[in-house]
Amino acid sequence: MSDIGAFDRGTAAPQDAGFGDYVQLLKPRVMSLVVFTALVGLLVAPVQLHPVEAFAAILFIALGGGASGALNMWWDSDIDAVMNRTKGRPIPSGRIERGEALALGLALSGISVVMLALATNIAAGALLAFTIFFYAVVYSVWLKRSTPQNIVIGGAAGAFPPMIGWVAATGHVSLEAVLMFALIFMWTPPHFWALALFMKEDYHKAGVPMLTVTHGRKSTRTHILVYTLLLAPVAIGAALTQIGGPLTLAVALALNAWFVIGAFRIRARSEDQAIADSYAIEKAFFRFSLVYLFLHFAAFLAEAALRPYGLGGW
Amino acid sequence: MALHVTHELHKRRFSRNLGLGLVLAGMVVLVFALTVVKVKRGDDMQGYDHTLRPELLPAEEGGAATPAAASEAGQ
Repeated sequence: MSDIGAFDRGTAAPQDAGFGDYVQLLKPRVMSLVVFTALVGLLVAPVQLHPVEAFAAILFIALGGGASGALNMWWDSDIDAVMNRTKGRPIPSGRIERGEALALGLALSGISVVMLALATNIAAGALLAFTIFFYAVVYSVWLKRSTPQNIVIGGAAGAFPPMIGWVAATGHVSLEAVLMFALIFMWTPPHFWALALFMKEDYHKAGVPMLTVTHGRKSTRTHILVYTLLLAPVAIGAALTQIGGPLTLAVALALNAWFVIGAFRIRARSEDQAIADSYAIEKAFFRFSLVYLFLHFAAFLAEAALRPYGLGGW
Repeated sequence: MALHVTHELHKRRFSRNLGLGLVLAGMVVLVFALTVVKVKRGDDMQGYDHTLRPELLPAEEGGAATPAAASEAGQ
């Protein structure tokens, strides 16, 4: 995303942001994850939508995700200005006003929910509306600054897209949709806590009660291990359902073995050891967590793609 | 010296207007395509225009309103 509004602050008023600044407000990197997982949820469902409907469904789910991102940036602009990772965002850098972000977030929320309901079904639209509400209000406004469990409960917002994709295709929630939700929900805490271990100054400066700040770093390492151990049966369980198959099971076993080993290594380290190698293990665990989630959903997709040839699935 | 100097600010405004225009055009195309798909498939639609809709008739005593009875009633 271009950062064209970053210079010439003296002559350019905030309302003269470029189009790219508004796109940045929608958190395009988060949207890419939303698009991918929602697409998998939609494609692995037993009911196939018309391609135009499927495209519209993914587009409006992504737009809903973007809307909640804009609402999050509106609410969190004060702490975004403090953290190194976020101070270049459009609002803290002065390219877009807070009110604009709120207006854009609310407008896109309405458009995405109504259009998803019209393109697919009302249940999918309602679920998208709940997801936006959950991320913008329950997570951003309520939990993020008040409890160290913010990541755990807030992770639900990021876990909904594959379920919305599934509901868009089938019209109802089923075990497979719940397991795809649970996979992302259980994956989020170890993923973010690993990040918090090596981005410690950011959250501390902003006063966000991350587990690393409130319970200490040793406790965070234990939490990462516990959640990783709880995540493994969810991932393997999903591989045993209708959306899984031998390929998914093999992928799940390999990825979870690796992930659990990584979590044990993080748990065994002291803070001095981590500082000595600049958090190499924690950074590797964080990077692997991205691969972990991608490969799980890619495996679900591969099973669905192979099924017509009699290869995928159980 | 050129009469119209294009400032960086104008470029930003142009990018915003162009982007918004393309988004709106894309929205028009998408809604039209969705309409075509849904109309062609024809589910959840009724072909009654300025005529009686049978399911709106009250059920007769001793039995529900039948399409045949409804069409008679409509004539």
